[in-house]
Amino acid sequence: MRSSAGIYRTVLAPVLLGLVALALWQLLVVAFDIKAFIVPGPIAIGTEFGANLSTVLQGALVTGGNALVGLVIGGVTGILFAIIAALVRVIDELSAAVVAAIAVVPIVALAPVLYTMFGAAAETGRQLVAAIAVFIPVYINTLRGLRQVRPVHRDLMRVYAASAWQTTRTVTVPGALPFIFTGLRIASSLAVISALIAEYFGGPIGGLGKSITSAASGSNYSLAWAYVLGAIIVGLVFYCVTLAIEKIATRHYSPNT
Amino acid sequence: MSDASDITTAPATAPVVPDAAVQVSGVDKIFTGKKKATVTALESIDLTVAPGEFVSLIGPSGCGKSTLLRLIADLDTPSTGTVTVFGKTARQARIDQEYGIAFQQAGLLPWRTVTGNIELPLELHGVGGAARKARVSELLALVGLSDFAESYPDQLSGGMQQRVAIARALAESPRLLLMDEPFGALDEMTRERMQTELVRITGETGAAVVFVTHSIPEAVYLSNRVVVMSPRPGRIRDVLTVSLGTAQERTEELRENEAFFENVSKVRELLHGEAPVGIRGVETR
Repeated sequence: MRSSAGIYRTVLAPVLLGLVALALWQLLVVAFDIKAFIVPGPIAIGTEFGANLSTVLQGALVTGGNALVGLVIGGVTGILFAIIAALVRVIDELSAAVVAAIAVVPIVALAPVLYTMFGAAAETGRQLVAAIAVFIPVYINTLRGLRQVRPVHRDLMRVYAASAWQTTRTVTVPGALPFIFTGLRIASSLAVISALIAEYFGGPIGGLGKSITSAASGSNYSLAWAYVLGAIIVGLVFYCVTLAIEKIATRHYSPNT
Repeated sequence: MSDASDITTAPATAPVVPDAAVQVSGVDKIFTGKKKATVTALESIDLTVAPGEFVSLIGPSGCGKSTLLRLIADLDTPSTGTVTVFGKTARQARIDQEYGIAFQQAGLLPWRTVTGNIELPLELHGVGGAARKARVSELLALVGLSDFAESYPDQLSGGMQQRVAIARALAESPRLLLMDEPFGALDEMTRERMQTELVRITGETGAAVVFVTHSIPEAVYLSNRVVVMSPRPGRIRDVLTVSLGTAQERTEELRENEAFFENVSKVRELLHGEAPVGIRGVETR
């Protein structure tokens, strides 16, 4: 009963809404004879997407690969730095300004600098851009989570005369997992966006970002939009996978124990 | 009563009893709040708990019974006076794991199974895997949860979670068990069953228990001695020795027993009977 109604609400209704929107879009493009350089119809985009599936897929692998490397590097360093900051208050206080500074840096603007640093033929610059974009939300959320230890757990660890590291390992970090995953979920979309936009500023050819710009400059607007569709799918995959991992990892978390 | 604010060192007002499980001598506890306002949580507390003895601390909210337990556990330090556990300072006793503790909240780690929760203290203190496994299965049998070894806390009822917490407190076979209203959040039926089980468990382990409660029947049913406390400032008003027999003799029928009711009335009189003690000493709140 409830589950079938739930499936209808969470899956069927949005799909239906999406289809209606697409139909409306197509209708407007045809009815008003909108030119492709303004916006092509969904059928034209879909046709291009189907015809260039293998190149879209290749581009998605390059961009997605960069985003994934960035997500892992930025995620791991973000979590590690947060743990250190939670353990050593001085580091937390010292780093607050640096973190605020990184948070306001237009990270993608670093891309040209990084290309000259690592060479225009390497993907390293793009991966670093994604990593820096990931670092901030992961660091901030993890640090907040590490500060949420329940008093009864803190008492318990004191009773056990547990060392700071034991407490971190057995109580603080596991307790912070929901927060860490929230950070990673936000960061996963950021990683894809940053890796993609970084391609606009140079570097090797092959990613979705490069493909979008070259298709658009070649007046092949439907193809450009097909690559955009590919980028949206990559972003969705990243988001859904991190969400699924989060749900599995935190399935037993409840505040009443 | 001396002005406690200028006393930092602790003169022992009573001789240390060498064999005592817990000895509290001349303890005051003063909390300093906002704007230097002080609250006297405990005033001139003297209490000795013998090995294997079950002592309940009972009193209204704010009488400092939980604070006293936290001082024994070295989760807080007294402003004046000394606390010793098996002849050691409270701090040393905590470091040496001389006691097990259970709180009102079970305080289980939700990401660990029942087994993982019970073996937590053993794991932290470097007990090997095989020994841990053996001890956990013993403890699971003791608290009647053998079928739930691999369950997670969110799959258990409140009473079962509390039994896991008690098993965890017993993991290192402590000679002293500190319990802060462990059954406070349970319904009456579960509560009575847990009390019966606790009497059996302490009978089997021979551990001394300091048990904080605000339930009169609970205190009488469980204890050898009931310490009645009064609030503002928290003081020991009286100590009642309950002679209802050994752990083996304390069965469910005891709850219907004449002597049980007599003791319940006595504790009630001690709690309510006397004229209330006026506010004295430093300003409260």
